[in-house]
Amino acid sequence: MVPLSWYLALSAVLFTVGVIGVLIQRNVISLFMCIELMLNAVNLSLVTFSRLHGNVTGQLFVFIVMAVAAAEAAVGLAIIIALFRSRETLNVDEADLLKL
Amino acid sequence: MLKIIVLAPLVGAIINGLFGRRFLTLFGQRVTEKLVGFIACASVGVSTALAFIVFFGQLLSKQPDADGVRRITEHFFTWIKIGSFQADFAYLLDPLSGIYILFVTGVGLLIHIYSTGYMHGDPGYYRFFCYLNLFMFMMLTLVLADNLLLLFVGWEGVGLCSYLLIGYYIKWDVAGSAAKKAFVMNRIGDFGFMIATFLVFTTFGTISFVSKNIAGQEIPSFLAQAASPAIAVGTLTAISLLFFVGATGKSAQIPLLTWLPDAMAGPTPVSALIHAATMVTAGVYLVARCSAVFVKAPTAMAVVALIGAATAIFAATIGLAQNDIKKVLAYSTVSQLGYMFLACGVGAFVAGIFHVMTHAFFKALLFLGSGSVIHGMDNEQDMRRMGGLKKYMPITFSTMVAGWLAISGFPLLSGFFSKDEILWRTWSTDALPPNWGRALWVVGAITAVITAIYMTRLMVMTFWGNERFGGSHDDHHAGASHGHAGSGHGDDHGHHGGPHESGWLMTAPLIILAMLSIAGGYVGAPEALGGPNYFGHFLDPAIAKSGEHAAMTGATMAPIAVMAQAEPHGATPAPAEPGAPSGARAAHEGGHDVETERLFTLISSVLSIFGLAFGWVFFNRNPLWRAPKLLEDKYRVDEFYDETVVEPVEHLSRDGLWKFVDVKIIDGFVNGVARMFAGLAGALRYTQTGFARNYAAVILLGAIIIIGYFIVSLFGGRIL
Repeated sequence: MVPLSWYLALSAVLFTVGVIGVLIQRNVISLFMCIELMLNAVNLSLVTFSRLHGNVTGQLFVFIVMAVAAAEAAVGLAIIIALFRSRETLNVDEADLLKL
Repeated sequence: MLKIIVLAPLVGAIINGLFGRRFLTLFGQRVTEKLVGFIACASVGVSTALAFIVFFGQLLSKQPDADGVRRITEHFFTWIKIGSFQADFAYLLDPLSGIYILFVTGVGLLIHIYSTGYMHGDPGYYRFFCYLNLFMFMMLTLVLADNLLLLFVGWEGVGLCSYLLIGYYIKWDVAGSAAKKAFVMNRIGDFGFMIATFLVFTTFGTISFVSKNIAGQEIPSFLAQAASPAIAVGTLTAISLLFFVGATGKSAQIPLLTWLPDAMAGPTPVSALIHAATMVTAGVYLVARCSAVFVKAPTAMAVVALIGAATAIFAATIGLAQNDIKKVLAYSTVSQLGYMFLACGVGAFVAGIFHVMTHAFFKALLFLGSGSVIHGMDNEQDMRRMGGLKKYMPITFSTMVAGWLAISGFPLLSGFFSKDEILWRTWSTDALPPNWGRALWVVGAITAVITAIYMTRLMVMTFWGNERFGGSHDDHHAGASHGHAGSGHGDDHGHHGGPHESGWLMTAPLIILAMLSIAGGYVGAPEALGGPNYFGHFLDPAIAKSGEHAAMTGATMAPIAVMAQAEPHGATPAPAEPGAPSGARAAHEGGHDVETERLFTLISSVLSIFGLAFGWVFFNRNPLWRAPKLLEDKYRVDEFYDETVVEPVEHLSRDGLWKFVDVKIIDGFVNGVARMFAGLAGALRYTQTGFARNYAAVILLGAIIIIGYFIVSLFGGRIL
């Protein structure tokens, strides 16, 4: 049987990949996918701890995260489409209206 | 009964005020005038009838109270009750208010009837009568109030009605400014009145004119308490002077006198009712009502007498030089009010009130007469363009002759008795330092002569001599638009042919008032001349006495002080009538004083006849005599006030309060706060790069710091 620590390690790796992706990616879709990756890394650790403690609360929580992620994906994609329509680009560095 | 007397005019005012306009649209002008006029006159008629019934039927036969005053009180409802403070809607009828309601309702009714003729054809007919009825309600509230606060309600109410009626010709600027001026000047006086009321309450614990049972405790009226020596004279002086400030505002005395002549911008019946016969005498009423306080404050008495005398001669000299017929009468009113205050100041309150009454008769008559002239002359008010009117308006002329002779103090007419009484009391006063009385008498006597002269001038310029209106009249009228343009009354009189007599609705009140002016003085004819002096006997107990007598009896306990007054001379060999001669007279007991009084009566007659004769001869020769410029300019009092008060206030408001305080300080503060936040935000903007990934990095950094903090705090040194 796979030890619990492996799941946690995988979760940490996935999360780190997601964070780094958010920081270095410029394409807004990649950025978006990295955020999803971080969410799912967290989901994985939640399920792991749920199993460790023999408590389903963690698994329930995962469903909530998934539901929120789905909603967020819908909104996020809509924003991306709107952004593309107005700027003809997916590069986040060019959406810098707040900059002085 | 008292309730109905007060409230009947209010009902009239409400009906006419609320439905007058509807009547106009429903029935048209002609019927509306009849209806509105009837409602207004009927409501005042009810008051008048009841006032006479109550006065003659109940008050005269009433048993006097312990302090010798006949009183009828009527409690309507308790208005304000806080702790020991109580103000009621309660009415008090005593000799003083009794005399007032008689002439207020009587003269008021006559003027209402006159107005139905005078205002004929005016589009604001219902509005006029609504205000006029409201005025009657307020005036009756004022005189019948049993405490200072209710009196103040009436006091302010008549001020409001005065404002509304002065500004009645709403399309005419001059009327609007005159109304505002009257209101503002009255407010200055009201300030004094209010402070005085507060002082009365803190000093005496009550503001009532009659003793009241408050919280199971019988509290005597402040008037009764004022006689107690425990009250500091300084306090009483302050109260008296502050009340007098109120009185100077309402009664147009120096220094607040300039509003009254301007108030002539209102319709003439208003000038007659409010600005001659009734409202302006409210100041005298207040002083007489609070006589118990005044007589304990000799300084205040001296001030009242001095201001009164000064105003009398000041206004009389201005009256000499005016060419507007109503302005002459207005200054004459101010001057006569000065007489009344002179009387109060020398302790002869009874004489003052007597003059109030006779003045109401003859001044209302003169104003209504002048209104009739103005009406007949198609709104001409300038006496320089009149002359020779006696053959055109015989009734107006003959009634005005009665008023003219009465106000000039022609022997045996009403004004003669009251003015003579005032002059004699001034000479013989013991309320003032020695010789002051004599000096004031000289002023009063000179004023009497001037009064006779300017009234003669008015009559000569108006009714005798050449006709100065002639063909050019229309031009003059166009040039001297007197703002009655809006009234446009009387087209159906067909009076474009020249001056004409007014209708019977206007002449009938004139005739009644003329009879009163002639005969009204007999009720107060002094005993020294063999007169009955009912007036003095009746009113005397309700008025506090001045001088040594009061000082002595003041030592006895308050509520009986006034009664104690009567005792010293009860013991004198004077005829022991139940009414008993006045206490003030007791100080001048003996045949010698009667001789002197007769001598002074003779002097008054001579002065009056001299004035009349001088005026007659002089103004018949040159009716268009030009008075010295200073008099024509009314001593430039208005200009003086403009420069010393109005302009500095304007300047301060514009450059100080507006351009500095408002713009610089208040706006500066508000804008400064906004600017501060704008600056702060400008600095913080530099932290916003606008790159989404920078924000993500900051979030990560934050997360790491927080997690790091927890790790360190949980595991402490075990990791590191």
